[in-house]
Amino acid sequence: MASTAIPRLTSPLPIKGASRKIHVTINDVDFDMAVEDRTLLVHFLRDVLGLTGTHIGCDTTHCGACTVLLDGKPVKSCTVLAVQVDGRKIRTVEGLETGGKLHPVQEGFAAEHGLQCGFCTPGMMMTAVALLSKNANPSDEEIRRAISGNLCRCTGYMNIVKAVQHAAKAQGGTA
Amino acid sequence: MIPPEFDYHAAGSVDEAIGLLTSNPGEAKVLAGGQSLIPLMKLRLASPKVLVDISRIAELSYIQEKGDWLVIGAATKVNDLNDSKLVGSGYPLLADAGAHIADPLVRNMGTVGGNVCHGDPGNDLPACMVALGAQYVVKGPKGSRTLRAADFYQDTFVTALGPSEILTEVQIPKSQAGDGGAYLKMERKVGDFAIAAVAVQLRVDGKGTVTQAGIALTNVGPTVINASKAAAALVKKKPSDADLVAASKLAAEAAQPSADLRGPVDFKRGIVQTLTHRAATLAWGRAGGKR
Repeated sequence: MASTAIPRLTSPLPIKGASRKIHVTINDVDFDMAVEDRTLLVHFLRDVLGLTGTHIGCDTTHCGACTVLLDGKPVKSCTVLAVQVDGRKIRTVEGLETGGKLHPVQEGFAAEHGLQCGFCTPGMMMTAVALLSKNANPSDEEIRRAISGNLCRCTGYMNIVKAVQHAAKAQGGTA
Repeated sequence: MIPPEFDYHAAGSVDEAIGLLTSNPGEAKVLAGGQSLIPLMKLRLASPKVLVDISRIAELSYIQEKGDWLVIGAATKVNDLNDSKLVGSGYPLLADAGAHIADPLVRNMGTVGGNVCHGDPGNDLPACMVALGAQYVVKGPKGSRTLRAADFYQDTFVTALGPSEILTEVQIPKSQAGDGGAYLKMERKVGDFAIAAVAVQLRVDGKGTVTQAGIALTNVGPTVINASKAAAALVKKKPSDADLVAASKLAAEAAQPSADLRGPVDFKRGIVQTLTHRAATLAWGRAGGKR
């Protein structure tokens, strides 16, 4: 179990009539829950567990607002079935802070004004976290390529790139 | 959007997956990464009663050179192609394509096998496999068979794959000195299907003569287009730029585009011609070709 409280509903809302048991580790917390075979991961996170930080934007695999980390890799949770992640580890935006301290990527988005409306931000940050875990010192172009599956309609991306560079520096990169 | 109801089965082995397909004739679909199938189901364009998940079958995920072939397991993720040093160093056509399939997030779920046998003319790997002269190993209740990529694609969403068969392995001729390829794609934005894309693979001998060529086209017909006349026009030549232009015109003639939101027919043919010329020039350079 995680040492800090993860924000979620005090008690998950089970899916009526669901019988498929899955075991998933979400933000370091183990869950054994029943889902329908057709339950999408994003609905499981938001509607069952109350983890509404993961957003639903386009619902058609385009926008990346629903991005979460599956075993450390960013995926679009509107296009993953909950049953597909049975036995695996998920990290959502709620799992970025530790002990009340924001993740460097969250700090970066705040410091560099990496958002306006904020709708794309959770997905954008999860992709950035995954990029920096693979590449501690990315170029602007590498950041742009990495977030090319996450759409932002406000910022024009300039400050998002700066936010990720800010986080890279804070994490010890030399960018 | 929530997909229609279905029964989900996580197959533990290829034989178990084939058993599940066989016992649900006409009603089961293979789920690999789900990046094409799940959107189709959410939009109610597909509603299989049974999904057979093959992504947990560890023996279907690998990239290695074996004998005369580069062999890729069907459930290998597209991003595993991009992370593979073997692909990066010896197979530039695949490296080009891997970096431009859908978007980076989709590539973490989407599989090589799924892209290859989904049958959408917008999939990028079929053209690569046709140009590379690849073959596919498919397994069904009666055992395995091997099919040439060039013979696999029949029509939109129609392939030679039988209802109880699954693709297990893609086999690509092993790269050797003098091989070079390129994949160029024009798309409206990252994540969209191609307006048009072109795969070119060349083999050049020590004297600079093209001994083998493959050219194939993405999303300009009901299925992948094998531009074999364009490829043949380069063989036994030390191609001049004029030869490459002539071949690219043949590729444009082979295209069968239809007008849609991505553009009118003539525009798409023009894109095919330009991309073929550029891809062939790049492939020729990568193969070590000199004039």
